[in-house]
Amino acid sequence: MKPFRIGSGAGYSGDRIDPALDLAERGELDALVFECLAERTIALAQLRRSHDPQLGYDPLLKERMRAVLPACARQGFKIITNMGAAHPRAAGQAVLEIARELRLPGLRVAVVTGDDVLPWMREHDVPLLESDQTVRSLDGHLISANAYLGAEAMLPALQSGADVVITGRVADPALFLAPLMHHFGWKANDWQRLGQGIVVGHLLECAAQVSGGYIADPGHVDVPRLADVGFPLAEVQADGRAVITKLEGTGGRVDRLTCTAQLLYELEDPGRYLQPDVVADFSGVRLREEGPGRVAVEGATGHPRPDQLKVTLGYREGFIGEGQISYAGPGARARGELALAVLERRLELLGLDALEHRAEMIGVNAMHGPWLGVDREPYEVRVRLAVRTATRAQAELVGQEVEALYLNGPAGGGGVTQSLREVVAAASALIPREAIRTECHVLEL
Amino acid sequence: MKVRDIALARSGDKGNRATLSVIAHDPKDYPLLERVLTIDRLQEHYRDVVRGAIQRYPLPHLGALQFVMNDALAGGVTRSLALDAHGKTLSAAVLDIELDGDPA
Repeated sequence: MKPFRIGSGAGYSGDRIDPALDLAERGELDALVFECLAERTIALAQLRRSHDPQLGYDPLLKERMRAVLPACARQGFKIITNMGAAHPRAAGQAVLEIARELRLPGLRVAVVTGDDVLPWMREHDVPLLESDQTVRSLDGHLISANAYLGAEAMLPALQSGADVVITGRVADPALFLAPLMHHFGWKANDWQRLGQGIVVGHLLECAAQVSGGYIADPGHVDVPRLADVGFPLAEVQADGRAVITKLEGTGGRVDRLTCTAQLLYELEDPGRYLQPDVVADFSGVRLREEGPGRVAVEGATGHPRPDQLKVTLGYREGFIGEGQISYAGPGARARGELALAVLERRLELLGLDALEHRAEMIGVNAMHGPWLGVDREPYEVRVRLAVRTATRAQAELVGQEVEALYLNGPAGGGGVTQSLREVVAAASALIPREAIRTECHVLEL
Repeated sequence: MKVRDIALARSGDKGNRATLSVIAHDPKDYPLLERVLTIDRLQEHYRDVVRGAIQRYPLPHLGALQFVMNDALAGGVTRSLALDAHGKTLSAAVLDIELDGDPA
């Protein structure tokens, strides 16, 4: 059986489109996956939908589809994406609109719903993970609650013969596992193959992070033609073994180092990678360079899937006000420290000093605290004050106080910036599998 | 010699936890990383950042060590006041650890 070629067209919502188009056109693909949902993306999309009921899906959905649908229609590969975000059905309609515009009449779109579990979460006061609180503590602030669906929820959509499958929240690697299960007929309890499918998905889900992105450190890790970095694809065999590679002529690199870095990215216990379809076990994964730009991956396995699914809850948590100002030249650090002392005193006078805040210097201690790098004198520093506030008005004061350092602070401060944002935070909880009802809706022109 | 001379690192986020991968360029250098990069050594190195315990997963067949650092992201990516809320830059700090004076 010939290998199934599956490509990665995006590793986050704002990712580049041209490498995805290159993969669509030259990749001889069977499937192209766009993974576009970070933790609180759905909550932010839900806020957009509350302003306009036609919105709530990925802002780049139409642009991406306009780029890759012609190749999809010509070559017949599947497109699978979670760009439905908070409104998968509207996303499905938007894809049809693009198909109409491009005169691709036969195109079929399937939409998977059922991840939205906000009503259930409001009725059941379950504990929040990593917290001693329960869902009720978010009353009045809750924006969204979405369960991580698995590949199983996407199978009916693939069986319907759809060219494009749109979902809301699904586990990222499951976007890749679903077409593999569908194509090879892997059973839902074939834990070994599902584990191997998950490792393939995990290696591809961050797109260029496995093919030369986010690894260059000049003189230590060099990456050829980083500016032209190509997106990756996998050639997967019926038994789940796979080769990770990228297209000829693209920049970047695929080798043991890039694949190991992505294999371990955001992984906790390598023996227990919790997924809706399987508890994947990466502890025995082997990576072998089998030619230039080709890495074979095998040895993943799995254990029976968990009874509960993870839910991400998005909620409002006040505001963050922030201001920055720079100091340079001799004594930059000392003047920055003086500016921070002035700001601390001003917070006291404004009655804001009890609020959670950070007063720090970019170039000195903003990243890793005061201890690392304490012995190094910077040429320039950037003072930064960030305060979490309950109201917008309080948050505005923060930037204003930093700006006031121009006339009222130490000598030679410059380049003030101020920002204010409403905080949409994310929490996690678990939901029993039985509480979830997924549906597949097929849309046609 | 520092970790940067024999390895690369990448960090990521999970809630309020940071993950940190340290990968030997040449797998034969892995035992040195395993000896030097103990949980205690990392706990000390990241003392201004990591408020919780650190777990370590040795993966000799990959030439890599995986760390999970608890309570390391100032409350978690989505609510943190930190400039680098994801803790993405944490990976660079481990590269600065000195390897000379290796106990072996």
